[in-house]
Amino acid sequence: MGAGHSHRLYRHGHSPVHALPPHTKLAAVLAFVIVVVSTPREAMWAFGAYAVLLAAVAYAARVPAGFLLKRLLIEVPFVAFAVLLPFVAEGERVDVLGLSLSVNGLWGAWNVLAKGTLGVAASVLLAATTELRELLHGLQRLRLPPLLVQIASFMVRYGDVITDEMRRMRIARESRGFEARGTRHWGVLAKSAGALFIRSYERGERVHLAMVSRGYTGVVPVIDEVAASRAQWSYALALPCAALVVCLLGWTL
Amino acid sequence: MHAPDGFIDVPVSAAAGVLAAGAIAVSLRGARRELDDTARPGASGGAERTAPLAGLVAAFIFAVQMLNFPVAAGTSGHLLGGALAAILVGPYTGVLCVSVVLMLQSVLFADGGLTALGVNITTMAITTTVVAYALFRGLVKVLPRSRRSVTAASFVAALVSVPASAVVFTLLYTVGGTTDVSIGKVATAMVGVHVLIGLGEAAITALTVGAVIAVRPDLVHGARGLGQKLKLRVNGELVDAPETAEPVPAAARSPRKVWIAGLVTSLVLAGFVSFYASANPDGLEKVAADHGIDKQAEEHAVADSPLADYGVKDVDDARLSGGLAGVIGVGVTVVAGTGVFWAVRRRRAADERAEDTSPAGTSV
Amino acid sequence: MDPVSTASLEVSGLAFAYPDGHQALFGVDFTIGRGERVALLGPNGAGKTTLVLHLNGILTGGAGTVRVAGLEVGRRNMAEIRRRVGIVFQDPDDQLFMPTVREDVAFGPAAAGLKGAELEARVDRALERVGMAEFKDRPPHHLSFGQRRRVAVATVLAMEPEILVLDEPSSNLDPASRRELADILRSLDVTVLMVTHDLPYALELCPRALVLSDGVIAADGPTGDLLADDGLMRAHRLELPYGFDPRSVPAPPGRG
Repeated sequence: MGAGHSHRLYRHGHSPVHALPPHTKLAAVLAFVIVVVSTPREAMWAFGAYAVLLAAVAYAARVPAGFLLKRLLIEVPFVAFAVLLPFVAEGERVDVLGLSLSVNGLWGAWNVLAKGTLGVAASVLLAATTELRELLHGLQRLRLPPLLVQIASFMVRYGDVITDEMRRMRIARESRGFEARGTRHWGVLAKSAGALFIRSYERGERVHLAMVSRGYTGVVPVIDEVAASRAQWSYALALPCAALVVCLLGWTL
Repeated sequence: MHAPDGFIDVPVSAAAGVLAAGAIAVSLRGARRELDDTARPGASGGAERTAPLAGLVAAFIFAVQMLNFPVAAGTSGHLLGGALAAILVGPYTGVLCVSVVLMLQSVLFADGGLTALGVNITTMAITTTVVAYALFRGLVKVLPRSRRSVTAASFVAALVSVPASAVVFTLLYTVGGTTDVSIGKVATAMVGVHVLIGLGEAAITALTVGAVIAVRPDLVHGARGLGQKLKLRVNGELVDAPETAEPVPAAARSPRKVWIAGLVTSLVLAGFVSFYASANPDGLEKVAADHGIDKQAEEHAVADSPLADYGVKDVDDARLSGGLAGVIGVGVTVVAGTGVFWAVRRRRAADERAEDTSPAGTSV
Repeated sequence: MDPVSTASLEVSGLAFAYPDGHQALFGVDFTIGRGERVALLGPNGAGKTTLVLHLNGILTGGAGTVRVAGLEVGRRNMAEIRRRVGIVFQDPDDQLFMPTVREDVAFGPAAAGLKGAELEARVDRALERVGMAEFKDRPPHHLSFGQRRRVAVATVLAMEPEILVLDEPSSNLDPASRRELADILRSLDVTVLMVTHDLPYALELCPRALVLSDGVIAADGPTGDLLADDGLMRAHRLELPYGFDPRSVPAPPGRG
């Protein structure tokens, strides 16, 4: 644990990508991923082109390749799924090295792997170059309901506080010689979870009091107005636009 | 179970996104009412309590997903939290909190694709909370009033919520899956594995709700009716019907819509579960179950990560999981049927908003 | 104008019962003049927190009145009252709810409508007064407990309050942080009401003290005299640390 640090993906830096306003980056990543997902899976070269585009962004952002690749591990469960697809999918089959594989399943596996990987890579680049609170500002700028952004920002602020409380409770348990080893210890762990809920809820009530005491009436004032110039927008949207060209070529070729 | 990009095709992802957005919009309004219910008298209104309280509960869900529950031989599982959130803070706030957790996991940790966010919210936030809450409320009303009943109801609600989520995922995959896999296989694998995960989820949820109810029963949203008997008699308003009385007027109005919506969802889901559970293509369950197991086993490779998926190993009997799925299907049907009976027996609510609150139902 | 109405805080006949029937305040009366530093002492359960929550209108509905600089606490003036009464809560983590120190300090003034350079100047000034200016862009979670407490004081100072109310300001502080906070509090030119169990700290900072016990003000006088009154102290479950003699401590410096 302790990995609860909400912004462990962020890599401090001063690259041009870091400097872009957060909402332009969010919009660019979202558009890029949509374009990738809409690309026909038969256009294999297109995915290669997308990877090159992302690599260029990573280079501009000075995000090392190793960092990016390590984070792609989150995909492992779906890689396993993808590997199985050729075996279980329906339709016409081909023999590869003595195994009977479904053609459709092979395409499906490729599809999931390629699109999933590109999606994760794009998100990792976003998270690596954008600070947490900036992301929240970006979400706010993109017209997410303010209440939802507030909830998210409270979650971000108190995620660490509550994870710490949970860690202290574990240390307290272990200091008294308790170590959870099997299902019969679930009761004790669940009691901790229950206590954690009560503490979290009561803290929520106290935070509310503290907010009200400082004049809160349901609206968090916007303190940092993030604005993006036309140049910054075009810079950020270069990625999805380039991807769109590739995608259109993929459909026509 | 966070679906990545490219798993579900664009139109279905978009539809799920619209659905999720609608559900969140409705929940934003509903949550204000839910959190207002516990407002301290004398305090200045409840609308502004939503953000800090829901934010803290979301942080709690986020943290509790990292709490490892050892299963056996070095494996461990953790809570998904949808059912727990629904029972503790109510369905609207539950949907909000789990959605926010999913949203941040996707944006901050690249866990779950951005384009799949709608799908993930639909399956993991909306389905789990709505199904769990509907079942929970139904059971609490049917069972005798006691803390034990609340714990039992939590168990069943959480148990069903997880495979229900898997079923909705399968549905989405049926409509928008990018590979032509037999739906029977997907359903068996998904539901089979998730019934087992559901058992873990159910045990943890029930124990946790039990722990909260022992200390602060007033904080368990789903059990509010229990403590109200005395108060009702003092007020002298509903003296004649203390057993079926609504907990508090403010709380009663809102859950009813969710309740009915949830029941419709449960029924539809139950139909699907039973159908696929009985329509298992022979000889294929093994492959499908293997696939499920492999997937779970692989997940343990990343189990260090706080966001590693819940995993339970040692599912080697495909027929058993298929059978369990059937049992669940029947269970859902029975419980949902009982729920409908109860709902009909009460006054019919004029609920134009029920449609909005049953996203999973409208998705069918 | 009547001199009494220009006092920073006037509480008269304040009584309050929680909805569950538990009555916490039984007629509290006291007045704090502008610029005074007053300690509010009392055993656990005396009603200190309930009283504090009345000062900015979070709890209302009982009998009696609270006036802040002549303005009565009530629904009509709530925004103004909350600007004038700055409460520093016990756990700074509850108080610092924004992602960075700067945004947190700006929260109160921004909620009151301040913007741009004026807001920025207000934030800088408040942080300078507590010596935390260089931590402006840090997330609160990365600060030490003492630093967080100081930032919590700054969040309230940024609203330029008439009166600063501190709930157990010295709790969980190491001796150095404790002294730093005392220096900060002494340097401020606002009225201070300090709720505390820490009697030496009260003696060090506050020339005057109130004892709240069983929901009423049981004593009001110079802090040194109250602490030296063994009978009074015993009657209200107030105990000095071992070896501490209030008579041997020089009286706290008054305000120049």
